Amino acid sequence: MNTPLLETRGLCRNFGALAAARHIDFRLEAGARHALIGPNGAGKTTFVNLLTGVIPPTSGEVRLKGRDITGVVQAERVKLGIARTFQINRLFRRLSVLDNVAIAVAERVGAAPSMFRPAGRRRDVVEESMHLLETLKLTNDAGHRIAELPYGRQRLVELAIALGLKPEVLLLDEPAAGVPSAESHIILDAIEGLPRHIGVLIIDHDMDLVFRFAQQITVMVNGAVFASGSPREIGANPDVRAVYLGGGPRTGPPHPPDVRRVPAEP
Amino acid sequence: MTAPSPGRAAHPAALALARRHRLRAWEPIPWVLAVAFYFAFPRHLGFGTELLITVLFAISLDLILGYAGIVTLGHAAFFGAGAYTVGMLAKHGIWTEPITGLILAALIAAAVGLGSGLVLLRTRGLTLLMLTLCTMALLEEAANLGHAYTGGFDGLDSLPIAPLFGVFDFNPLYPRTQYLYVLAALFLCFAFVRTLVYSPFGQSLTGIRENMLRMHAVGAPVRTRLVVCYTISAAIAGVAGGIWAQANAYVNLGTLGLDRAATVLIILVLGGHGRLYGAFIGAVAYMVLSHFLSKIYPTAWQLGLGLLLVVIALFARNGILGIGEAASRVLGRR
Amino acid sequence: MIFGTDLAGMLLGGVAAGMVLFIVSVGLSVTMGLMGFVNLAHGGFAMLGGYAIVLAMKHWGFGFLPALAFGFVATAAVSVAFERLLYARLYRAAELDQVLFTIGLVFIMIASVTVLIGPENQPLPLPAMLQGQVDLGVTRYRTYSVVLIGIGVAIVLGLWLGVERTRMGAQIRAAVDNRRMAESLGINIDRLFTVTFALGSGMAALGGGLGAEFLGLDPQYPLKYLVYFLIVVAVGGLGRVTGVFYAALLIGVLDFALKKYLPQGGTLFIYALTILLLLWRPQGLFGGKAT
Repeated sequence: MNTPLLETRGLCRNFGALAAARHIDFRLEAGARHALIGPNGAGKTTFVNLLTGVIPPTSGEVRLKGRDITGVVQAERVKLGIARTFQINRLFRRLSVLDNVAIAVAERVGAAPSMFRPAGRRRDVVEESMHLLETLKLTNDAGHRIAELPYGRQRLVELAIALGLKPEVLLLDEPAAGVPSAESHIILDAIEGLPRHIGVLIIDHDMDLVFRFAQQITVMVNGAVFASGSPREIGANPDVRAVYLGGGPRTGPPHPPDVRRVPAEP
Repeated sequence: MTAPSPGRAAHPAALALARRHRLRAWEPIPWVLAVAFYFAFPRHLGFGTELLITVLFAISLDLILGYAGIVTLGHAAFFGAGAYTVGMLAKHGIWTEPITGLILAALIAAAVGLGSGLVLLRTRGLTLLMLTLCTMALLEEAANLGHAYTGGFDGLDSLPIAPLFGVFDFNPLYPRTQYLYVLAALFLCFAFVRTLVYSPFGQSLTGIRENMLRMHAVGAPVRTRLVVCYTISAAIAGVAGGIWAQANAYVNLGTLGLDRAATVLIILVLGGHGRLYGAFIGAVAYMVLSHFLSKIYPTAWQLGLGLLLVVIALFARNGILGIGEAASRVLGRR
Repeated sequence: MIFGTDLAGMLLGGVAAGMVLFIVSVGLSVTMGLMGFVNLAHGGFAMLGGYAIVLAMKHWGFGFLPALAFGFVATAAVSVAFERLLYARLYRAAELDQVLFTIGLVFIMIASVTVLIGPENQPLPLPAMLQGQVDLGVTRYRTYSVVLIGIGVAIVLGLWLGVERTRMGAQIRAAVDNRRMAESLGINIDRLFTVTFALGSGMAALGGGLGAEFLGLDPQYPLKYLVYFLIVVAVGGLGRVTGVFYAALLIGVLDFALKKYLPQGGTLFIYALTILLLLWRPQGLFGGKAT
């Protein structure tokens, strides 16, 4: 395919003298399972913020299916099909799990501006929300408030909201961050169960997760793309390993990389 | 997407959501009491009318403050806009019919709300708070300056208000017509606000209040929603102000003052904001206390009010209804 | 337009009034910028301090300077007590709670002063040296106003030096810019805030007393001028000493000029101008980031 699902060209972002993003050229294909890794402070979250429109770039372009969306605001990009989860949960803590997801679904289906019919009567919204909760095994928590849930399940709600937006591009910012290892399999299973046609970009430090999940890995260092390639290529790249030896949670990718569940790229 | 199974909607959480908007058994009580008041205290209908108008004003504030989470100290701008619309139209002999006058008051107040909302709601926090104060102060100054039309500092009195439906007189000394008129207006506005609050629009306002960043991230047009909410809230405040002018046959700068704006905020917080009925409880509590205490010991009243606010801010931020909720949770656990 | 002496007089008057606004508001700006706390009771500290100064001179025979010192110290001490006991509990609270608390505090202050002292205006008794007029070459002007301008300039210079040159000043600047980062650098934000709050309230006290000529001094003071103080702070940019200074001067001079040339619509013009300014630059004319 010629036109990638999501792409950036020469994307730059400066904060004063700090170059947080430097001429990033990036491609995400439909159905991709792409991981973005790099040491702390490499600019990964800044990059996601640029992709989602939270911050504008200093220069460069962002294109969705060939269309220039550099000037499009965050809320509009969501409508165009880009959804994300946050590194630290952004949920409606005093509302129930079902409410959290229902608000997102209602926005997507265009129910939200309606002022007269009660929200609970929109069966389509409620049923779709419950369906989402089922796929993420959150059904039992549907009526509980976020504040009452263990952190791992809150992370799942974060994912449920993103899925409720029926995105074509899904950006997951450290989806398992802060989740106790006893619960992290829930997240991992959920990620594996993501719809095939969505292009998924995961940022993470957990190399097990990254190498298990990704078909393509991009390494970012100091705001620029350092290396990009298949997991095998990245795993074998001595420069990448050198970059990680200085710090970060692991000293390098597992060896040899586990490719057993990487399907063929469409 | 696979067809959802019928069992899904039967989940208790889904059922709770579907039933959230249903009338609860105790909801008719305030209205029953209000009607009973009419028959039980025929000599206190002036107080009753003032109370009902205050409830209406507080409900309008609850919409933007309690549900959308916008803190404003300038809500009297819309109350006064409505009041002066009615007042000026009546005093200068342009229009005296009450119901259409009220609709005009709502429209003018909504226009002020829309104009100021579009402009103010680009800011947040202290800047927004300050701009709401500034807008209200600006309107107050304008009313003061335009004394040829507005009566300036003294205001406009003895407003000629035509009889309701051509039959029922507005007599300031015997406010029987006023009371029922206000009660009807309050009922209609409340029914509208209640519907709004349980609608998807209302849910999105709650989302904006709880986590605005998240609402941006689900594609909600946050500012548009806030401006719409602000406009509706302004319109209802305008109805309250217009009705106040009609009921009292009088309008003055006090309708636009910081005193009125601060008082309605206190009333709403006292009763419990974001809870619709907090307006009722807060208004009753405040006005009953104020009626007995504020004129006799004005300084002590202010001192007590100040202490009350400090206590509420520190210990009881959800007001009387919040205390009631906490109590019922504790009792429910026993 | 009338040039010459009239213009000079108007400018001097405006600048003097601006100085008063600055001295009162600078504390509010820094504490707002530092802690993000909406302190609507700041004018109350100005009032309390003003009363302390005036009463010290009238009833306890303090001299002018000792009274000022007394007002500063007493108000700072009271404010520290309030800050540690009450304000500190609301730093993480919602904006609404901060607004309610500070409004309540203002009511308490106003009511207390009304009961203990009375509702009348309290003029500041000026020492003989500061009365009368002084010859400035271009014009003759009230000595007191000129001295006030001098005091204002001295204060802004002192504050600017303090903020730019001392370690605490650097900590304040860092914390205003990015509180979380400042904390992670080991800066004790709580202690910094207590000190800043005390200084700011003490400064407000000075402004309340010195400015009694321009703004009056009666129990309604905190609410009467609330909008003005907030305007100065918002237009100047939160946490910027120089910003508040320029904004205060601007408002002071505008107010005086408008009183002369547009006596009817002056206040309205200032409100409208503020709204337009803040729409154009929500972070204030001199502010760094948006609130």
